Amino acid sequence: MIRSADGAIDSNPDMTPHVEYLLRIGDSVLVLGQRLSEWCGHAPVLEEDIALANIALDLIGQSRLLLTHAGTVEGQGRDEDAMAFLRPEHAFRNVTLVELPNGDFGRTVVRGFLFFALLRPLWDALLTSQDPELAAIAAKARKESAYHVQHMADWVVRLGDGTEESHARAQRALDELWPYTAEWFDAHVVDEAIASAGIGVRWSALREAWQQQVMPILTEATLVPPAPTPFRSEGLHGRHSEHMGHLLAQMQYLQRSYPGARW
Amino acid sequence: MPVGDPMLSEADAWRVLRSVPDPELPGLSVCELGIVRAVVSRDDAIEVVVTPTYSGCPAAEVIVASIREALRVAGAPTVQVTTRLAPPWTTDWIEPEGARKLLAWGIVPPGSGAADGAPQPIRFVPRPLGCPRCGSRSTTRLSAFGSTACKALWRCDDCREPFEQFKPI
Repeated sequence: MIRSADGAIDSNPDMTPHVEYLLRIGDSVLVLGQRLSEWCGHAPVLEEDIALANIALDLIGQSRLLLTHAGTVEGQGRDEDAMAFLRPEHAFRNVTLVELPNGDFGRTVVRGFLFFALLRPLWDALLTSQDPELAAIAAKARKESAYHVQHMADWVVRLGDGTEESHARAQRALDELWPYTAEWFDAHVVDEAIASAGIGVRWSALREAWQQQVMPILTEATLVPPAPTPFRSEGLHGRHSEHMGHLLAQMQYLQRSYPGARW
Repeated sequence: MPVGDPMLSEADAWRVLRSVPDPELPGLSVCELGIVRAVVSRDDAIEVVVTPTYSGCPAAEVIVASIREALRVAGAPTVQVTTRLAPPWTTDWIEPEGARKLLAWGIVPPGSGAADGAPQPIRFVPRPLGCPRCGSRSTTRLSAFGSTACKALWRCDDCREPFEQFKPI
């Protein structure tokens, strides 16, 4: 019922591969920015409270650039706010991993580490995009992502190679979150169109660079990724977990209730 | 605005911009911070090209408004502020005078050779900075993230004072 009402709101269910590719990245950084901002005022120590809020701010800044650009490429007059606040759940193309609840601090840093380790080689590959705006956004964002991944990696090692309790929690987080990374590297029809147009890289081609960053840190952290399973999340296809609706309800509440509200 | 005001020259505009402070580092002008990339004077308008520091920097909108206001007060009939993303802003663009002012404020300037270009290790142990208060090299980085997106938190292990670093990016 809700789904069909939402479908009517979404003016462009058949987005072009170019728009869809931009939304994958733009929605992923937006949703993770929203999740990380939930830590504001709740982190275990003040320094981490500030760090997580800063990282969230960078991510939301990146998403503003990407969603603005996606709206321009789409050409239907939607601005960044329309993209972020007025699209229904199934129009979002973020990876499922970023919409999962934060859990404890350890789970938050393991999730952040796995995702930022993907963003870094992705931005690098997009520096040569035939879409000059996307290349410019990548050149800017990659510098920020370098600090993000370093920060999370430091914590993964500290917790994984820490106390018995912190190790157990970090390993449990890795066991639960790791399966959600599988969808990133599956062949995807959008990737093919984008790669042949020179707009972006196939995400499947990033797997090696991602593993090269992730594995040495996990080893140092004495954490072991679980064995591969057939499980596939499908956020990149617009099919989200049960957590996504709750996240959007909170994120979009104000613009849905008071359309066009500004302050 | 009065008709027939003499049009602001580019040199005039630069002079005005040198007095526009960064909202989060009020001792520094937007020029010393290196975010004003170009000024173009046309028949009926002044165009200012700015490159933002961080994607999510909340000061960016205030900076654009301050630039607009300062030039309008100085007599520019129309001010157009254009945002240019590429090449991305780097702390290498902070002017030497800006770096000196940062240090005088107790914020360690970023130094040269910013993050771009050379591949970085995913984990790094930052080289200890000199404490801006007592000069000791015995300092510890507490966090790469500080009171604003552009700063990191440090502590001096000798004088025990906290201080900030403008992160190289």
